[in-house]
Order: sequence, then C-alpha cells, then structure tokens
Amino acid sequence: MEFNVLLVFMIIGALIAAETRDLLSAVISVGAVGFIVSLAFLFLKAPDIAITQVVVEVLTLVVLVRATLRNDITTVKGMRGKIGLSFSLAVIVLITLAAYPFFRELPHFGVPLLSQGKSISGFFLKEGLRRTGAANVTTSILLDFRMYDTIGEATILFASLLGALAILRRPSHKKRGARDKEERIK
Amino acid sequence: MSEKEGLSVIVKVVTRWIVGFVLLFGLYIVIFGHLTPGGGFPGGVIIAGTFVLLTLAFGKDTPLRKLNSTLASELDSTGAIIFLGIALLGLYFGSFFAENFLTKLPSSYFKLFSAGVIPWANLAIGLKVGASIFMVFIILSVTRVVGLPNGEKKMTRKPTGRRK
Amino acid sequence: MEYILSFVLLMIGLYCVATKKNIVKIVIGLNIMEYAINLFLILIGYRRGGIAPIRTPDMSLAYFLRYSVDPLPQALVVTSIVIGFGVLALSVSMAIRIYERYGTFDINEIKRLKG
Repeated sequence: MEFNVLLVFMIIGALIAAETRDLLSAVISVGAVGFIVSLAFLFLKAPDIAITQVVVEVLTLVVLVRATLRNDITTVKGMRGKIGLSFSLAVIVLITLAAYPFFRELPHFGVPLLSQGKSISGFFLKEGLRRTGAANVTTSILLDFRMYDTIGEATILFASLLGALAILRRPSHKKRGARDKEERIK
Repeated sequence: MSEKEGLSVIVKVVTRWIVGFVLLFGLYIVIFGHLTPGGGFPGGVIIAGTFVLLTLAFGKDTPLRKLNSTLASELDSTGAIIFLGIALLGLYFGSFFAENFLTKLPSSYFKLFSAGVIPWANLAIGLKVGASIFMVFIILSVTRVVGLPNGEKKMTRKPTGRRK
Repeated sequence: MEYILSFVLLMIGLYCVATKKNIVKIVIGLNIMEYAINLFLILIGYRRGGIAPIRTPDMSLAYFLRYSVDPLPQALVVTSIVIGFGVLALSVSMAIRIYERYGTFDINEIKRLKG
C-alpha cells in the first residue's frame, strides 16, 4: 500500500516536471521524483540501489541545474503543433494497448518468480556465500558471477566521458584560424 | 584561495569541516562493499561527490589543484586496467575469464579480507567510476557559453590544470 | 496495481520526450523514463515481507532462502543507474553545444535555422 502512495507522489512530481513552464522548477521536480524513487528502493529491500540512486541523483541535479541556470532562457513557450501532439498521444495510447496483455503475464506483486522456483536467483542465493565468500549477494553477482556486465558498464562510462570531451572540446586550431580570417575580412 | 570565488564564508567553513568525512564515508562504502550495502559504484560516486562539493563551494581552482584533469584521466585508466587485469588473472590462474581465483576459506566469511578478488575489484571500480564522474563534471562545469555583444553566442573553456 | 502505476510513470516520460520542444525538457523526460524502468525491475523482484539479500553470521541458509528478495534485478539496476548518469552527462553536453551553436534550446528554431 505504501508503494502506491509513493508511486502516486512520483507521478505527480513527473507531471509537474513535464508541464511546468519554468525550467528550474522542472529540474527540481525531477530531483524530487528521483529521491522518492530512492525511498521506494529502500522500502523494496534494495539498500545497494538506494545508496546508488541517492548519490547519482545529487550529481544529476547539480549537472542539470548547471545546464539550465547558466543560460538566459529559463522558461518554455508552448508545445509542438496540433498534428504532432495528437500523433504522439496516439502512439502513447497504442503502446498502452499493446502492453495490456503483457501485464496479465507478470507474476503477482510480492510473489516473484524466485519463490516459485523458476528463476536462477535461487542458485545465486544458495551458492553466493559458498562460491565467492561475499556476504552481499548483489555484490557477488555484480563482481563474480556476471563480471562481463560490469566490464561492459565500465566501457560505457568511459565512452560517455570520451563523447562529452569530444563534443565540448575547444574548436581546433585550424578552424579557429579560419574564423579569425573570416572576421578580419569582415 | 581568493575570497571572491565560490559561495559565502559559511558554506566554505562547513564544507572544509565536512569534506573529509564524506571522503571517508565513500572509502568505507567501497572497502566494505562485499559485506554491507554498497560497493564500487556508489562509493566511487561519493568520492567524486566530494570533489564536486569542493567545486561548488570554492570555485573551480581548489579541486583542480588537488587533482588536475590529467591525473584524473590517468587514475581512470589505472582503475580500468586493474579491473581488466583481475579478470585476466582469473583466466591465468583459474580456468575461465573473470574467475574468482583466490581461495575462499569458510573461516574467513564475514571478515574484511574474504571473498577472494571481490574487494580488489571493488577498489578498481571505485577508482574508475570516481575519476570518470569527476572528469565529466569538470568538463561540464568549465565550459561556459557567453553572449557576445553582437548577439552571437560563444563557448569558452577555462584551463583545467592540464600538464604540458 | 504497482506495475500499472510504474507504467503510467513511463508513459509520462514518453509524453514529455515526444511532445516538448525544449531540449532540457526532453532530457528530463528521458530521466523520468529511466526511473520508471529501474523501479519496475525492482518491483518484479520484490517478495512480500522479504529481507535484503545480505547474509549476516547469525542467519541460517534456509531462513535466508525463504525470505530474501530477488538479487538479480538489483545487480542489474546498479549498473543501469550509473549508465543512466553517463547518458545524462552526454545529452547535457550535447544540449550545451547546441545552445552555443544556435543560441536556443527550441528544436523547432534549430530546424528552421538549419534551413
């Protein structure tokens, strides 16, 4: 029941973030949604993810505020045209209709596949301490059973760092020289 | 440290008190990742968060004096190489890639030095994630768009303390 | 019910991405979608009255197997959150670059300026 309350709060925060005109309030609303997500993780007995979500959320908020606050444009005007809006809403309705049969296939809330014995997680829970010696089963999956995933994640983080460097680097010397020449001609 | 840069003096004093504890907490989260909630990812982000806190409170120069961007990228690569090296050592000493090859005695359960290579992999991941996120934040925060008088926008970057 | 509410959250994020003109709003919509998907994965693995998947010395294996929540989605979501931060940093840097090039965050204006 308390998850429903938290989820309703999250939906309200997301609606405010989507609909408000002021960019700064939108950023702060999405920060509030992130902190409620972290609280929900704590209720759902996932303390590892709650810690990760809190710290990443703080950094996300700082980065987004720096992206919006430095500019002179802080408010949003209007939406897309009527046709685009109706088309997007139609796509959303279609996705909802397509997802409806999927919801009946899901296990009931609170009764995961693990408790029906149909999941590999039972193996991880049983053998985690014996095979890896780590008391935290999440860490033992992350760094022992599925280390390939972690290597891929480190690669993706490195790639995003390289991408940000490449996008935001100074214009090259050649280009800058050309621009100077252009200005001199003017 | 110049008085003009950064936030007010109250924020600076509180930051100076608190930043060591935040760094210590990040290290604790990294080192005890296999026994308690936590691990390399949140710990690394907390370690990067201390430098972000320094940046916000004191301006850009103070954290860059402690950790310039060349050193940060070297730490980033070091973390990645240690992590890959641990995975390859599993191939060498054990039987398959990324195997946990150190011995795991039942008497060492729930102690700090247990779990084979997991604490070392956690340290490498923490180093890598912390350095990467610090680099991303520094890149995003030294870039600044200024309006020129003729209405155009121009992007400038402050120096990031890169070694020549 | 919980699944449906997290799906509604995902749809709000999709609506924000699809109908807004401002680049910062689009980044915010992506962020909301990421929250919804992470939350959905964790909701699938929850067991009613469960405990966190961390052993303590005075806990028997049978008790742990009986009550622990599913650890596999948690391990995947930890990487997913950090990847989400990488994506956010990349998209914010793209937004800053676009602002520097065109002087606006409005994607319609950008299209028009391109000619």
